[in-house]
Amino acid sequence: MTTAIELSGITKRFPGVIANDSVDLAIEQGEIHAICGENGAGKSTLMKILYGMQRPDEGTMTVGGDTVEFASPTDAIDRGIGMVHQHFMLADQLTVLENIILGAEPTASGGAIKFKEAEAHLTEVADAYGLTIDPHDLVESLEVGERQRVEIIKVLYRGANILILDEPTAVLVPQEVEALFENMRELKAAGTTIIFIDHKLDEVLEISDSITVLRHGKTVASMANDGVTAHDLAELMVGSELPTPDTSESTVTTEPALTVQSVTLADDDGRSVIEDVSLTIHRGEILGIAGVEGNGQSDLVDAIIGTATVSSGSISLFDDDITSLSVRKRRERGVGYVPEDRHHEGLMLEAPLWENAALGHQTQAPYGSRWFINRSGARAQTETIRTEFDVRTPNIDVSAQALSGGNQQKLIIGRELTSDPSLLIAAHPTRGIDVGAQAAVWEQIRTARRDGLATLLISADLDELIGLSDTIVVMLRGRLVARLSPENITPRDLGAYMTGAATQDSGTQDNGEAA
Amino acid sequence: MRKLLFNLAAPVGAFVLTLVISSIALWLFGSNPFEAYADMLGHASRLETQIEILNRATPLYLSAVAAAIGFRMNLFNIGVEGQYLFSFLIAAQVGSLVTLPAILHIPLIMIVAMSVGAMFAGIAGILKVTRGINEVISTIMLNSIAISGLLAALQQRWQADQGENFTSTTLGTTPIAESGLLPKLNGVVEIFTREIGQGRELTGMLAIAIVVGIVYHLLLTRMRFGFDLRASGLNPFAARAGGVPPKHMVVAAMVLSGAVAGLIGMVELADGGKFPPDPIQGLGFAGIAVALLGRNHPGGMVFSALLFAFLDVSAGILQSTQAATKEIVNIMQAIVLIVAVIAYGISKRVQGREEARTTAEALQSAEANA
Repeated sequence: MTTAIELSGITKRFPGVIANDSVDLAIEQGEIHAICGENGAGKSTLMKILYGMQRPDEGTMTVGGDTVEFASPTDAIDRGIGMVHQHFMLADQLTVLENIILGAEPTASGGAIKFKEAEAHLTEVADAYGLTIDPHDLVESLEVGERQRVEIIKVLYRGANILILDEPTAVLVPQEVEALFENMRELKAAGTTIIFIDHKLDEVLEISDSITVLRHGKTVASMANDGVTAHDLAELMVGSELPTPDTSESTVTTEPALTVQSVTLADDDGRSVIEDVSLTIHRGEILGIAGVEGNGQSDLVDAIIGTATVSSGSISLFDDDITSLSVRKRRERGVGYVPEDRHHEGLMLEAPLWENAALGHQTQAPYGSRWFINRSGARAQTETIRTEFDVRTPNIDVSAQALSGGNQQKLIIGRELTSDPSLLIAAHPTRGIDVGAQAAVWEQIRTARRDGLATLLISADLDELIGLSDTIVVMLRGRLVARLSPENITPRDLGAYMTGAATQDSGTQDNGEAA
Repeated sequence: MRKLLFNLAAPVGAFVLTLVISSIALWLFGSNPFEAYADMLGHASRLETQIEILNRATPLYLSAVAAAIGFRMNLFNIGVEGQYLFSFLIAAQVGSLVTLPAILHIPLIMIVAMSVGAMFAGIAGILKVTRGINEVISTIMLNSIAISGLLAALQQRWQADQGENFTSTTLGTTPIAESGLLPKLNGVVEIFTREIGQGRELTGMLAIAIVVGIVYHLLLTRMRFGFDLRASGLNPFAARAGGVPPKHMVVAAMVLSGAVAGLIGMVELADGGKFPPDPIQGLGFAGIAVALLGRNHPGGMVFSALLFAFLDVSAGILQSTQAATKEIVNIMQAIVLIVAVIAYGISKRVQGREEARTTAEALQSAEANA
């Protein structure tokens, strides 16, 4: 076998973050090579560099033995590299054939498109790789899996022999995943090299020949798919070199704070993203949810915070049914929220810190009331947050974007905890922040727990989950599949439940009388 | 100090660049730029011209506030034009049907105008939240419905009874009784200066526009609704997670924008007392430019409304003195807008970088001292 692509020492910095830190990657001709890692591990950046969408700050790339530098995707396509994006880039109103030749139309002199010739070439390509598709179907009439096939053919039509598939299974149902894998095997048999980005470990193990794991922008392992288990991969992806939060004495009471009863939630297409989920969190309890990303955790958060409407089931806060309350009413009743992506749902980056502190609490003292904003009250409260939560900033009038990620996160944790919540939803509360800030966030959550706060903790950091939680439940494909005690579990065992390698019968049952 | 310098750099730079480009345009037209500027400034120093500029700036400012309310939450209300013309007509007709004491008559007309504008704009808001129709499309369509449809039909139906003396001055809706006309502000001005000549009258709507500006300022900085509005514009996802109801906000912002739009036509109504056959058009679109130039800021839009009004008034002056063609004014308005938008973009980026740098420095020196 020869090396199709070799990346060495690739480094890419963005303001404040190193997305890729001296990454090495070698991909053999004709193999299916999986690249896995948590969100933010640097997979996408690496692929964008390989496809010419971004230029590395350091490092070299060779394709087929030649050193290359890509200024744009066109250069990458010229070297036979094609990329299928996670979000399809197809024109619904055009036919499959039209979509495939779009931007690379074979034209006769005078500008007429030679459709016959294009169709002949398309059929040739499709047959060679065993991909069936009717060139005259309208794209809008196609299923998701078929659209993806169109995207793949489009890339092959342009002469690619190295395919990058960016999380191709994220949008597919299990049967479609099977069909995709079948196609991938055909492509491989025809000599195509495939780079496959995914973080669903069972899929990675099923289809790939070799696997590279990225974490925090670095290559942590690169190996043949030979005797590797999902446990091994989960451990590599998550890592365990981070300091572990100490387990301390239990403060769990018997008074339920949040009760979720058989909640089912459907996405826009009507597919269930969470199904029949029931759980109870008591005052003083931290309930951790473990799961590989994309298994319904963020949908559960949306249902509890109120940004998504449940299809069935009920959600109660103490004795009150809050299922049909607005987000604002829930917030006013004491639901605190630390979103998983602070830039997306947490902050107004261009607004000053004190306005950011008020966000989510603007209807309540000291920030404001039903009609007015209390500027001096809000500013005083922000100063309190700044001192108590050690937000490093010269003053509270700088915009949120001027702060480092850790300080932004401390501001968010501070605004939620100082507003005296009875329930805190903390999604990845320490993601992307430095070790010092991380320890501070853990301590604050633990202090609030001692004062009776009920916390729903979602984290991809298994050590954090095990260290902080009083109870851990595992979510897989939208269901709760296991209920575990953090005292006698290792990240390795947890990984087995997360990938479905281990099961527990009692997991989906109501656990109202826990702890 | 440094921050102030940064804030001033963009407008000053934009002003200088505009002058340069405008001079080139004037020169291309075969005019002497210096002569043209001298004419414009010479006239603007006269009290009568200043009154005229204020009369023009008043509806421009109201129109800019209407547009800015939408812009603050990334809603583009292009329908201000249709909203003000339609509400102008309805208010003129309703006002002519009754005779009340001025203290009731004037507010009645204003409330009718604001309500009609609010409801008409509200249609676009409701279409957006229930059917997902982009407000740009729906407000453009509503403009056509208002101007080509409703106005054309209703103007004819409500044409005042002309009796025997059919002249062009009797065209339009039935004139409103004296009690429905907002008083002029000449007296207020004349306290500070000499008598205003040449039959110029300062519109009473100037006072209303000032009130609207102050309310808009308080809404944005002191009111919870204004906070929600700005939060939705800055980051709609964070606003939603923070309890701001997105659909409610879209409808509320459109309604509020339409209500302010309803006041624009009141300037002409207070002056003429009726809906004329050929009302002033284009104020709704000009307001978008004024809002952009004034950065949706209550104070900034005062300056941009005055600038646009000055240029509009100068058009007539240039034509009468033959120093330049009046079209040059449109060109100058376009140049100042483009240049300013670019300058704001650059200054925002520079300021962001500057802030990140000074924040980092302040923290480092604080740590070094500790």
